[in-house]
Amino acid sequence: MPLQLAEPAAPPAESQEYIWTLNFGPQHPATHTTLRLILKLDGERVIDAIPDIGYLHSGFEKLGEHLDYNQYVTVTDRMNYISPLSNNIGWHHAVERLLGIDVPPRCKYIRTILAELARISDHLLCVGTAALDLGAFTAFLYAFNLRETLSDLFELLCGARFTTSYTRVGGLMYDVDQRFVERVRSFLAAFPPLHADISRLLDRNRIFVDRTKGVGVLSKEEAINWSCSGPVARASGVTCDLRKDEPYLAYADFDFKVCCATGGDVYNRYLVRMAELLESVKIVEQAIENLPAGPVNIDPAGRAMLPDKTKVYSTIEGLIQHFELVMWNRGFPSPTDECYAATEAPNGELGFYLVGDGSNVAYRARCRPPSFIHFSVFPKLIRGHTISDVVAVLGSLNIIAAELDR
Amino acid sequence: MTHDVTLKKLNDRFGAGSFETSQFRDNFRLACPRERIAALLKFLKDDCGFDLLVDVTAVDYSNYPDARDRFGVIYALLSTETGERLFVKVFVNDPDLTLPSVVPLWQGANWLEREVFDMFGIRFDGHPDLRRILLPDEFAAFPLRKDYPLRGRGERHNFPVLSRTES
Repeated sequence: MPLQLAEPAAPPAESQEYIWTLNFGPQHPATHTTLRLILKLDGERVIDAIPDIGYLHSGFEKLGEHLDYNQYVTVTDRMNYISPLSNNIGWHHAVERLLGIDVPPRCKYIRTILAELARISDHLLCVGTAALDLGAFTAFLYAFNLRETLSDLFELLCGARFTTSYTRVGGLMYDVDQRFVERVRSFLAAFPPLHADISRLLDRNRIFVDRTKGVGVLSKEEAINWSCSGPVARASGVTCDLRKDEPYLAYADFDFKVCCATGGDVYNRYLVRMAELLESVKIVEQAIENLPAGPVNIDPAGRAMLPDKTKVYSTIEGLIQHFELVMWNRGFPSPTDECYAATEAPNGELGFYLVGDGSNVAYRARCRPPSFIHFSVFPKLIRGHTISDVVAVLGSLNIIAAELDR
Repeated sequence: MTHDVTLKKLNDRFGAGSFETSQFRDNFRLACPRERIAALLKFLKDDCGFDLLVDVTAVDYSNYPDARDRFGVIYALLSTETGERLFVKVFVNDPDLTLPSVVPLWQGANWLEREVFDMFGIRFDGHPDLRRILLPDEFAAFPLRKDYPLRGRGERHNFPVLSRTES
C-alpha cells in the first residue's frame, strides 16, 4: 500500500502573515525528554501546537514478542524511567493474570510498598521540575533531595537505582531484609515535614499560582472523552482510581483516599499530586507495619518461578529447573488466549494487553502508556495560551518521552 | 462484575446471539463482525455508558495457532460510572484493511488509531489526521506485522543523513 502523507497545513493567507512558526524541541531543557512541538504563534499567543513524536521509539512492543516474560522486565524499566518499579509491577501483574498465578501475600505487600514508593518518586519529580520550569528552584531541590533518598533505598533493594528489574513471574528477585524495612520507616518519618516545606513554598506562591491557575483547563467530560486517567483525570473531577475500583495487589487491605479536584487546570493537577503523595505515605506506613511473613515467591514446583540462585549453583534439581525455564525450547506454558490487565501507575492507567500462544514468549505485548494518551490532549490544552505556558502545561502532564514512544 | 445489563441491552437492540461473547480471567469479550462495528461501538457509548475508550490495539494473527483471520483489532472500553470493562474485537483481512474510525465518538482514539495504522497498516475511515505517528513519514513497512523481521529491513542503515549545509 502506498504511504499516504498528510496534507500540509493550508498556506497562510495574505492576512495571516503575522503568524509564525516556532520549533520547540526535540532537544530543549524544558521538554525534559526528547519530544518536539511545532508551535504556531500570533505574537506570544499559541494558536496551534502540533506534536511530533517518535524520536525515542525503540520498538518495545516488537521486542516483547521475542523476549520471554521474565526477560522483558528489563525493557519495562526503560519505559517510564522515573518510576521503573511501577512498570515492573504492572508488567508482571499482567503476565500473572494471563498465566493465572496468584502471588503470596508477602509478595503482594512488598509490591504494594514499592509501587507506592515509585509513585512518590514520580510525583516528586513531576512537582519539582514543573516548579523549576516556572522558576521555583528551591522546591525542585527539596524534591530531588527526597528522590535521592528513594534511589538509595532502591539501590539497597536490588542493587540498581533506576533500572531495577525487581519483579519476576510469580514473585520477586529477592526478599527484602530488615535493613530495608528500617530505611523505609525512617524515610516515612522524614517525609511529611519536607512535603510540607514544598507545599508551603508553592501552594500560595503568587508567581506559581498566577502561572498555573486557569491554564490548560480540561473539563470532566473532556477528560473522559480524551481517555485520560490518573492524576490528570482526577484533577478534572473523574473519580477513577484503579487501586479502589479494581483493587489489585494488597490495596483492598489499606485505608486511603482517592484524591480529586474539580478545576482541571495545571494548579489542580499539582494539588492532586501533592495530596496523593501523602496518601501514598499512608499506604506504605500501613503495609510496612503489617508486612506478612512467609514465602515471597510461588512454589518453584509450579514451573513458572525461577529457583533460588544458591539452589541453581549447588543442587542438580535447581540447575535442571533453571534450565527448564530459561532455555528457548522449554519454559513455562502460557494459555493460548489473551488478556488485558492494568495497574494504576503514577501517570495513570498502565495496561498491558498480552496474547499468549502456549510458549513463554508473548505473541503480542501491547502496552497502553498513559503518557501517550495524555500528550494527545496537549494541543487542545495549550491553544489560546501564551508561549510561556507551554512548559507549565507540559510539566503538569508529566510526559515521559520513553514511555510516549516506547 | 456482571455484564448482564449490558448483554440484555445488546440483545434487545441487535437481537439475541448477534455477538459471540467469551470470558477469560476477568476480561469479558465481544466478537463483532466488521459490518456492525460502527453501530455496536456507538450503541455501547451512547446507551450502555461506556464513556471511556481505554485502548485501541491490533494483533497480527498470521502465525497464531488455529487462527482464521489475519488481524484482530481490539477496543478496550470502560464505564467510569460502574467500572465495567468490555473488550470488543473485530477481525480484518487483506486486501481490505479498513475500519470505521471512532474519533467522532471518543477523541482519545485519535492517536491510538494512528498508532495502529503506523504499526499494522490498518486504515481508519473518517479519521481526521491519519498519518504515521511514531515512525518517520517515509517509512514504508508496518513493523508490528509478523512478517516484519525483528532487526528491520535495513532502514536504519539506509537512513538519509543530512549534512549541516543541507539542513
